[in-house]
Amino acid sequence: MDLTKYETEMLEGKHGNAVKKSMSILVALGEIYGAKKLIDVTSVQVAGVSYDNLGDAGLDFLAELAKDGKVKVLTTLNPAGMDLENYKNLGISEDFAVKQKLVIEAFAKMGILTTCTCTPYLIGNNPHYGQHIAWSESSAVAYANSVIGAMTNREGGPSALASALTGKTPEYGMHLEANRNAQIKVKVEAEIKGTYLFGALGKVIGEKVKSKPTYITGIKEATVEELKSFSASIATYGGAAIFHMEEITPNKTPVPSEEITVTQEEIDKAVESMDMDSEVDFISVGCPHASINEIAKLAELLKGKKVTKEFWITTARPTLKIAQANGYAKIITDAGAKFAADTCCVVAPIKGRFKCLATDSAKGCYYAYSKNQSKIKIMPIEKLVEEAIKDVKK
Amino acid sequence: MTENLVGRKISPGIAKGEALVTQMGISFFGGVDTTTGIVTEKGHELEGKSISGKVLVFPQGKGSTVGSYALYRMKKQRTAPVALINSECETIVAVGAIISEIPCVDKIDISQIKNGQKIKVDALVGKVIVE
Repeated sequence: MDLTKYETEMLEGKHGNAVKKSMSILVALGEIYGAKKLIDVTSVQVAGVSYDNLGDAGLDFLAELAKDGKVKVLTTLNPAGMDLENYKNLGISEDFAVKQKLVIEAFAKMGILTTCTCTPYLIGNNPHYGQHIAWSESSAVAYANSVIGAMTNREGGPSALASALTGKTPEYGMHLEANRNAQIKVKVEAEIKGTYLFGALGKVIGEKVKSKPTYITGIKEATVEELKSFSASIATYGGAAIFHMEEITPNKTPVPSEEITVTQEEIDKAVESMDMDSEVDFISVGCPHASINEIAKLAELLKGKKVTKEFWITTARPTLKIAQANGYAKIITDAGAKFAADTCCVVAPIKGRFKCLATDSAKGCYYAYSKNQSKIKIMPIEKLVEEAIKDVKK
Repeated sequence: MTENLVGRKISPGIAKGEALVTQMGISFFGGVDTTTGIVTEKGHELEGKSISGKVLVFPQGKGSTVGSYALYRMKKQRTAPVALINSECETIVAVGAIISEIPCVDKIDISQIKNGQKIKVDALVGKVIVE
């Protein structure tokens, strides 16, 4: 790989230990994936924030980098293992909280905005079309590449952090136009409406085509929330970094000749597979993090009601603040539902606490089942609220 | 008699040790107990064996990207392998080896290496010397 004089100095340690370590990571990845050079990034999103996943090893590594590492570009974090302010109310232990706060402090010391969210594009870390970025949350990667038209690989935690501390990433994969072109056309012959059905569609397509870039037809319209749900699902079930949706997403691509179809029956089956026979004891909205629009909708549905089950709305703290300022948060908490900002049901240490999760998120279903061994029920937001306010059987 | 295998440098350094070879991928997060260095993945060829202090020879890493941090943790606790040899290195192992300063070489025909052989890994140039 060709490095500029300045980049070589960074690699040799002339700009500090954190920069040196970061450059070694980026250069090694560049060599492995055949990059010819490093390119500048304008935005970074770092995963590997929950202490549940990092452990003491990850914490040590971050503390080491924080000694002399400083970010070069706008950088935000993926969800943490808990709500950083309101964790007690959500049943998180003090031991865990102490460690989680040390993780956040290390990131803050490096100049990272410690806004912990999987939807950076909703809270101001929002690149524009054609910009090179280094993001690591898989749903945000799919959304950034596909819906915004920015360019990012699916980074790991350390490689995204390395980009933050150097402002660079190796030029390979999604940073090259040719790799972004659709390889297979997917004709959707089903009625897809609502976040839960977009999630089901992502599952069906992801399982069929794995990580191949798709050209999807047959979707008439899609909201930001529906595309957010779809991005999460297609990335979770297939590993895709990019998709193209006819007349909805902005990237140009040749239309591939190979074509497959998604039928109504396949969508119904996917929904059925995420609708297990069990009594719901946990309800969650906000995977990926709830938008202010979704919170407004929940406030409308929950107004004057009382929930009878544990109900979490996971969102970014800035979104929660908007909800508080506009009265939505009060309506929701008066109904007994709880906000879990900064965190989410995928990374919080909630294994074993609940028997059956009901959610509108296909990604949420995947992790609840595989990581937390919980039963799952997928349904639209309106049904989730009905489920939440149902009388509990005596 | 010695045999030289030439590959590609991933993480620099020089180390010597006994080869522990598997033809299966390794997940350092969830598949290895980082406190003891013992492989815990059910049904793995190396299940129950310790990778600590060994030259670990395997096709490539797999599983969660948190695996990079697990290697770092093992290095700190002195339970890490002394060197890593891969057929085809991927992100998790590459990043883990670099941040932990464990020598790592890839593009090696790992079928040429047998369990228990004394190995020198020269990851400054990307060479593996089998003694």
